[in-house]
Amino acid sequence: MHELSVCQEIIIQVNEIAFQNQATTIESITLQVGPLSGVEAPLLKQAFPFAAAQTVAENAKLVIEELPVVVKCKLCGSQSTVVPNKLICGQCGDYHTQLVSGDEMLLASVELTRENKLAEVNNV
Amino acid sequence: MCDTCGCNITSGNQHLLKPGGKLSIANNGVSSISVLKNLMSENDQVASHNRDHFDKNNVLAINLMSSPGSGKTALLEKTIQQLKERYRIAVIEGDLETENDADRIRKQGVPAIQITTGSACHLDAHMVHDAVHDLSLKDLDIVFIENVGNLVCPASFDLGQHLNVTLLSVTEGDDKPSKYPVMFRAADIMLLTKTDLLAVLDDFDTKKAEQNLRQLASDAPVIELSSRRGDGLSTWISWLHKQIEEQLTRIKNGKSLKPNIQKEGVQLHSEPSLPHNSLKQNHT
Repeated sequence: MHELSVCQEIIIQVNEIAFQNQATTIESITLQVGPLSGVEAPLLKQAFPFAAAQTVAENAKLVIEELPVVVKCKLCGSQSTVVPNKLICGQCGDYHTQLVSGDEMLLASVELTRENKLAEVNNV
Repeated sequence: MCDTCGCNITSGNQHLLKPGGKLSIANNGVSSISVLKNLMSENDQVASHNRDHFDKNNVLAINLMSSPGSGKTALLEKTIQQLKERYRIAVIEGDLETENDADRIRKQGVPAIQITTGSACHLDAHMVHDAVHDLSLKDLDIVFIENVGNLVCPASFDLGQHLNVTLLSVTEGDDKPSKYPVMFRAADIMLLTKTDLLAVLDDFDTKKAEQNLRQLASDAPVIELSSRRGDGLSTWISWLHKQIEEQLTRIKNGKSLKPNIQKEGVQLHSEPSLPHNSLKQNHT
């Protein structure tokens, strides 16, 4: 139900990035979403155009990277990819695990066109 | 977490940064900017602000979450009866409509603020912030926040509380933790309520409910109780006493506590959110 408010937050953050980089257009927005984040990728896609209307991201493509649920066992140390409602170790079956990936709800990257139209890469 | 030393790069996102990954390519005139920012940052900012308010006033804030009708208000009525001589309590009530729950709490002689959310299915940090300003925090020891009855959305919103209490009534089925992992993973304690009805139900296994919670890698304690009959209430009350003592010790040591929600995970992967003002600044 709160996918629209997540999209509004995306627009706020993307606006900020566009301003900092003197961008005229946002070409694409990449999110990382895990199944334990509480938001659903298809609903985000549906809500996005409503939040993006009449903003710098109006024609931006929304790319959603759906991340797997991965846990690391605190006992045997092994890492396993699991389903969202069974966060137990795939090796030893213990439930004392730490979530490594799967609850992300992140704005990962933004592709934008700058005012001076110069190609530029921001390497991390 | 920052972009400077690369500590925001995790096994979940590192493939994006490698040559050919989404964050490394640039097309004609198009720049690619890496961000890795939590999308709940605006809510989380206000939530931290609320938590500061609570901590500064030596208040313990507890968020109650469950399905509608699993006995949150009934539990609060009994809890207030047992604790009001010793602690100063207030309740923030979230519902779509009506003042019914706040009225029930006020009858117990403690202040209650009703938030009617309209059609919103959860409380967020902004709504709680407004409600907190209607309370005199310096005259309180415990604030209970009764969230909107819903096993989905409330789990994703930090309100500034210290602890999450998740109720599961025995009429709902012992597989609820498996069906709603986001909610039950956020629980600091799970209460199995309405246990007086277990006598007439043959399909709720309290052991199974606990096992399903453990499957979510949760170590949260589980208490079986019946607010109507009083069974198990003393265990719940002792747990609360312990939490209040721990909160006062934390405050003395200049520390705070975030509930089980997003304790790890998202906080590990993203960089701290932008200051509230700078987020607003360029909003068109």
